[in-house]
Formats: sequence, C-alpha cells, structure tokens
Amino acid sequence: MRSNSYTLIFTAAVTIVLGLLLSLSSTALKQRQDLNIENDIKKNILQSLGFSASKEKPWNTETVQTLFAENIIGIVVDEKGKTVKGKQPQDLNPDTDPNLYPVFIKKINGQVEGYAIPISGKGLWSTIYGYFAFEPDGKTVKGLTFYKHGETPGLGGELEKQWFRDNFIGKRFIDEKNKLVSIQIVKGKVDNNSENAFHQVDGISGATMTAKGINIFLLKNLQNYEGYFSEVRAGGGI
Amino acid sequence: MNLLSKKSQQVFKDPLMNNNPITLQVLGICSALAVTVKMETAVVMALAVTAVISLSNLMIAALRNFIPGKVRIIIQLSVIASLVIVADQILKAYLYDVSKQLSVFVGLIITNCIVMGRAEAFAMQNPPGKALLDGLGNGLGYGMILIVVAFFRELLGSGSIAGFKVIPESFYASGYENMGLMVLAPGAFIILGLIVWIQRIITGIEEE
Repeated sequence: MRSNSYTLIFTAAVTIVLGLLLSLSSTALKQRQDLNIENDIKKNILQSLGFSASKEKPWNTETVQTLFAENIIGIVVDEKGKTVKGKQPQDLNPDTDPNLYPVFIKKINGQVEGYAIPISGKGLWSTIYGYFAFEPDGKTVKGLTFYKHGETPGLGGELEKQWFRDNFIGKRFIDEKNKLVSIQIVKGKVDNNSENAFHQVDGISGATMTAKGINIFLLKNLQNYEGYFSEVRAGGGI
Repeated sequence: MNLLSKKSQQVFKDPLMNNNPITLQVLGICSALAVTVKMETAVVMALAVTAVISLSNLMIAALRNFIPGKVRIIIQLSVIASLVIVADQILKAYLYDVSKQLSVFVGLIITNCIVMGRAEAFAMQNPPGKALLDGLGNGLGYGMILIVVAFFRELLGSGSIAGFKVIPESFYASGYENMGLMVLAPGAFIILGLIVWIQRIITGIEEE
C-alpha cells in the first residue's frame, strides 16, 4: 500500500501532463477546425446556388474559397427588405440585431444568378441548419442544402440526400397573387394535377415528423425575407 | 522481449479471431451498431479505436508499477479520455466530413468497454511492448467486425460499397429496392448475430 501523499502527488502529476497534452492539441488544431467549419458553411451556400463538384474540381478548401470569393457577395437586409449599408453577414449578432438578415448573392460577370438565405429550425430530434436559394425572379427555388442536423440516419437523415433536395428545384414559393406560400413537403408523392403542386415536393417515407418540422420552419424563415422577395421581384434588392 | 516470438504473436492474433472483443466477449456493441451504416465511417471509427486502445495500453503499461492501486481506475480513465479527445480533435481538423457523420460516437470511445477492459485486464500486468500489441490486436479485431458489418449494411441498405454504387440502375428500374431495415439498428443486430454464429461455428466455442 502506498502512502496517501504519494497517491496525491502521482495523480497531480498525471493530471498536469494530460492537461498539457490536451491544451496543446486543442491550440494546435483550433485554426484548422475553424477553417473547416467556415468552409463547410461556404460549401453549402455554393451548393444551394447550383455550384457542384466535379472529378477535376472536388470540394476542397481551395475550390470553396476561390469560388466563394469570386462569385458570392454577402449583404444584410432589414425586415422591409432594404439593404443595410456597411454591414456584412459575418457582423450579424442575433442578440443585438434581431431584425437583420443575411443574403448571399451569386453574381457572375455582373449578372445576378441567384440568392441564398440561411434557414434553420426544429426537425424531429434536432435543429436543422441549411441554405435556401432562389432565382433572380424572386419566386422560384434554385436549390436547397442542409449542413447540420441530428435526424435519424436513413429516415429523417435522408433530407441531406441529393434526390430529396433536387425535388425543390424549380418549385415556386410565391403564388399567382404574389403571396408567400413557402414550399410544402407532402406525404408520399405530389399529385401533379393538384393546383397546389407548384409549391409541393415529395416526402420521405418514415420521416413525416421531420418533414412537418421543415414545413413549419421554412415558412417562418421565409416570412422574415418577405420584404426582400418583393424588392427582388421589383428588380431591386442589391 | 522479442516482438516476433510465438507468445507475442499469440497476444496480437488472439483478439482477431479466437477471442474477438465483439463476437466473443460481446463488448463495444453500441458503437458497432451506430457507425456501421457506411464503410467510410466504420473504417475511420476502427482506426480511431485502434489508436486509442494501443496508446492507452502502452501508456498504462509503462506506468503500471507506479500507479497507486487505490486510484488506478481513475488514472486509466483519464488517460483514455485524454486520448479520445485528442483523436476527436484530429478528426475534426483533418477529416471534417467523416467526423460530422461520426458525431458523438468518437467521444463515446471513452465508454467503450474494450478500451477500459484491456487497460485493466492486460496493460496493468504486462510490459509496454506486449500491451501495445494487445491493444493493436483488440483494436483491429473490433475494427474488422465493424467493417464486415458495414460492408453488408451499405451493400444491402444503400446499394453501394465504400461510396461507390454497385447495384446497377437497371435493377432499380425493374423493381429492386434497397432494404431500409439495414440502415437502421435492427439491421446491424441481425448481421452481427449472423457473424457471431458463423464465427462460433469456426472456432467451435460454446457457451456453458
């Protein structure tokens, strides 16, 4: 049996050594990790706006950074849809600016090709985060991505799959009377003869509750941008 | 100690087959169910666990004559926990996409019974070289089963192997469908059960 003071000294020494190891690895890798997170978000903005990876140009840090820097402009708008001068999306703090929203504009050779806005809300088990992109006409969906969620893999988790996200492309979230109707995920397949088919997409079997969550938060998120959508439809918004 | 002697080979080989941590000792089942939907995650998880077991075995074996008996479990746990956190940090920095898919399961290696079990049962009584071999063997024995389970789950559940589609589109066109059950935990249970069965036929071990 060893003495109590030996035990104390030994544990203290182990703690110090392990603590050192942990703080070292944390500081050494922090920069790379932050870059990964930032890149992942940028990649999603690009994907929602119709950029895709190819064999020659896979998604890596370099391609994401260049594509983003060359083609995307970030602006901030208020609830009426007016651009707030001198503010960038990364300056936004939800606590101090509750009514300011970021918009990412895809501009190629001076031509606006689409807009992306962040979306987030509750699914079934978790908060889902993603980006929603729309065409310059201000009423048609250009693309959709989800980059963070904790839904059941194979059921609600299917929301990140290409086939599901592609469903949204070309659907309209604004009806004939210029009213915001959002996009609705239905149970099973969309009935193409229905008059609502223009804003409905096929559901995921086994993920009714996740879809319900998305329907609710997507509408709520889009409502924040209602003013901006009409600005865009009127030809402004930059 | 000679690392290539018969005895040390035994230490390394035993957990791969005759004394496999998953199929024989039935440890580490939780993560074997959770991360085996796809091969990619299974391989990364296998590597992470192997690295953690080997290093924790090595460190604990090196300290074994100095660790006071009263606090040995706590010392083992802090060594294991620190190594797991480092592994998690490295994955987040270098394999971000995979670490996103593995989510909490990397952190949960801390509670994987295999790691703690090897530390307490083997590393506390054996020299560092042998303990390292034992850790490698157990990690690979665990990883091997994970990869086999993931192979069948991905093939039957998503129609692909390591991310590559292997079931041709024409199959789907003529009515073939992926087995949704394989993507869920019950699919892993069934496959794991079959593997345990086959392995026990081969090794001829019976429960008493």
